[in-house]
Amino acid sequence: MEQDVSELDLPSVVEKAIEEHGATRDAIIPILNEINRIFGYVPIAALPEIRRHIQIPEEGVFLADSHLYSAASFYQMFSLKPLGRHIIRFCESAPCHVIGARRVLQTLQEYTGVKPGETSEDKKWSLLLTSCLGVCSVGPVFLVDEDIYGEVSPERVPEILGRYQ
Amino acid sequence: MKVIRSMVLVSVDEDSLQHGAQEVFHAFLDEIDRFGLSDEIAVTTILDAGLQGDTPLVIVYPDAAVYGPVRVEDVHLIVEEHLFKGNIVPALLAMMHEMAPDISWMRGRRGAMPVQKRVVLQRAGMVNPESIEDYILYDGFQALGKALTQMTPTQVIAEVDKSGLQGRGGAGFPTGRKWSFVASTPGDPKYVICNADESEPGTFKDRTILEGDPFSILEAMIIAGYAINAHEGYIYIRGEYPLAYRRIENAIRQAEEWGLLGDHIFGTDFHFHIHPHAGAGAYICGEETALIESLEGKRGMPRPRPPYPTTYGLFGKPTVVNNVETLANIGPILLNGAVWYRELGSPKSTGTKVYTILGNVNFKGLIEVPMGITLREVIDIYGKGMKDDKKLKLVQTGGSSGTIAPASLQDTPLDFDSFRKAGVSLGSGALLVCDEDTCVVDLAKKILQFFRDECCGKCTPCRIGTLRLYEIVSQISEGKGSPGDLELISNISKAMSEVSNCGLGQTASTALIDILNYFREEIEAHILEHICPAGVCPLSEFSPAATPVP
Repeated sequence: MEQDVSELDLPSVVEKAIEEHGATRDAIIPILNEINRIFGYVPIAALPEIRRHIQIPEEGVFLADSHLYSAASFYQMFSLKPLGRHIIRFCESAPCHVIGARRVLQTLQEYTGVKPGETSEDKKWSLLLTSCLGVCSVGPVFLVDEDIYGEVSPERVPEILGRYQ
Repeated sequence: MKVIRSMVLVSVDEDSLQHGAQEVFHAFLDEIDRFGLSDEIAVTTILDAGLQGDTPLVIVYPDAAVYGPVRVEDVHLIVEEHLFKGNIVPALLAMMHEMAPDISWMRGRRGAMPVQKRVVLQRAGMVNPESIEDYILYDGFQALGKALTQMTPTQVIAEVDKSGLQGRGGAGFPTGRKWSFVASTPGDPKYVICNADESEPGTFKDRTILEGDPFSILEAMIIAGYAINAHEGYIYIRGEYPLAYRRIENAIRQAEEWGLLGDHIFGTDFHFHIHPHAGAGAYICGEETALIESLEGKRGMPRPRPPYPTTYGLFGKPTVVNNVETLANIGPILLNGAVWYRELGSPKSTGTKVYTILGNVNFKGLIEVPMGITLREVIDIYGKGMKDDKKLKLVQTGGSSGTIAPASLQDTPLDFDSFRKAGVSLGSGALLVCDEDTCVVDLAKKILQFFRDECCGKCTPCRIGTLRLYEIVSQISEGKGSPGDLELISNISKAMSEVSNCGLGQTASTALIDILNYFREEIEAHILEHICPAGVCPLSEFSPAATPVP
């Protein structure tokens, strides 16, 4: 996780992802997923790299960069810019909302000093809103990186976020 | 006859064994015997309890109470208090709020009651979801064997058709008919897609099935492939469900190793391959044509329909798209027969339905009950009543795109037919229970914010409509509404539901319109008197919420 992404070689990461998922149309989202996971975002420079590898000859169509950009810019889980070291994804769907999510979100904003969609100046936190995470039976819920926290209250926010460096 | 009323599961993964799981297991057997409960309580082991750290874990069903770490000296108390007297021992419960995602499939059974009729969830939480042996032990792959060796594809479709199974993704389209469309459509290859892009807020039935019983989905997809003569299938799992993805990946690998997936399945000439596919976060991809676009590596924007996927689906080929819960019904139907299935539920809506109960109730979670149960029963029996004894105000059924049922409708049976007549949608099965402290304007605002964010932007009525509706309702919630707003809302909503390209735009205003019908006075109070009767909206200094308590 704490890998220095600047040392990663973009073309070789792309190549590896394509090796794993295949050079077909239905592999595009999985490839973008992989790159997003490794770098923490999808660098624009990755798109032409992917395009070089994926062709759809049976339809006489060669992929354009714009096609890849349109896909990469559509999905919530892809970021086109670097995010903070830790990403908080807060569920703001109705089921969590009616049982007190709003106050938790306020506390998260106060603690991190950023509004939803923003990254803190020290690059420590990114606070994102996400749609339902499917763990509504223990709402309100948020994710920090890959860790999920359920039945959270405003009082628990400092203790939970304090675990992350 | 012995009736097992309760089940005790002891985790015996490596970590648990190191911490004395074996001794705990035997202590349970001894204590249960001492209390004379051996005939009514079963003790068994599970490999994967999904929670690290608090081992060994002990799970007691039907309450789905998870204890951990359990030591030998704790066993007496659990048996006496919980199994003998029926009281959960809070002090020994595992730290559930520090929940690993893995544990949620068990939490899905919290509040589970013995009277539930489990077909779809029969194995979830009862077997090790990462073991094909466990699955086979619990009747797994028998339906597939029966289909491949004793039935023709036509007979398989006929049986599913006869069962009356309707799609559980929300629309309720008859599954047998969908299969026969694709079977009779010329085209090669054909595809089977399992729609596991469960994104409807408040719904996690598919997640529970995928995480708790992944093999059942593979089995059903292979059967579907056999029925329509397809040899390739995709499972589109939403990106937010990494555990479900890993479980499916693992299930595919094991099934292939056992010759139950791949070439010459069950020694026949039939071959079928399944590809897991992770989404990347887009509600709209639950719409089947958007899902197909996304699978093809594009933006998940719905196609105009017709043509439907049954004729022009993945890569332009005839495609069956079925929801996870729908597929989970296939095995039991083939195994027990359509007649058996029809006896569950009501005549026009056969089988069971999985619901998620959420909001202001004492027990939130997942239940599977026959079609036709009423909201009142769901809340009182399964939800264990309203939280803090508050009054029920409304229930939103079917997720954010669903309808609002006011308290007066709580005796309407929950099935496709009765609901349709009452103008209520069953949708995904989410039941969001809201008490008297809920403000309908605030709720509507939240729902519209969701649709504003999730709208794909392809068609104009939805793109502009969701934004405008959100803006209007926001204004009302801030006390800046005007009397003409209600008519404006009606007009925009009508246009959206009539001319939007897909279900998102068509249903985005459903809840708002219901709120307008049932709770008009409350909205007018916001607009005309600048009062939020529930004290939720941040509107003005006149609001009771903002008035200092003397």
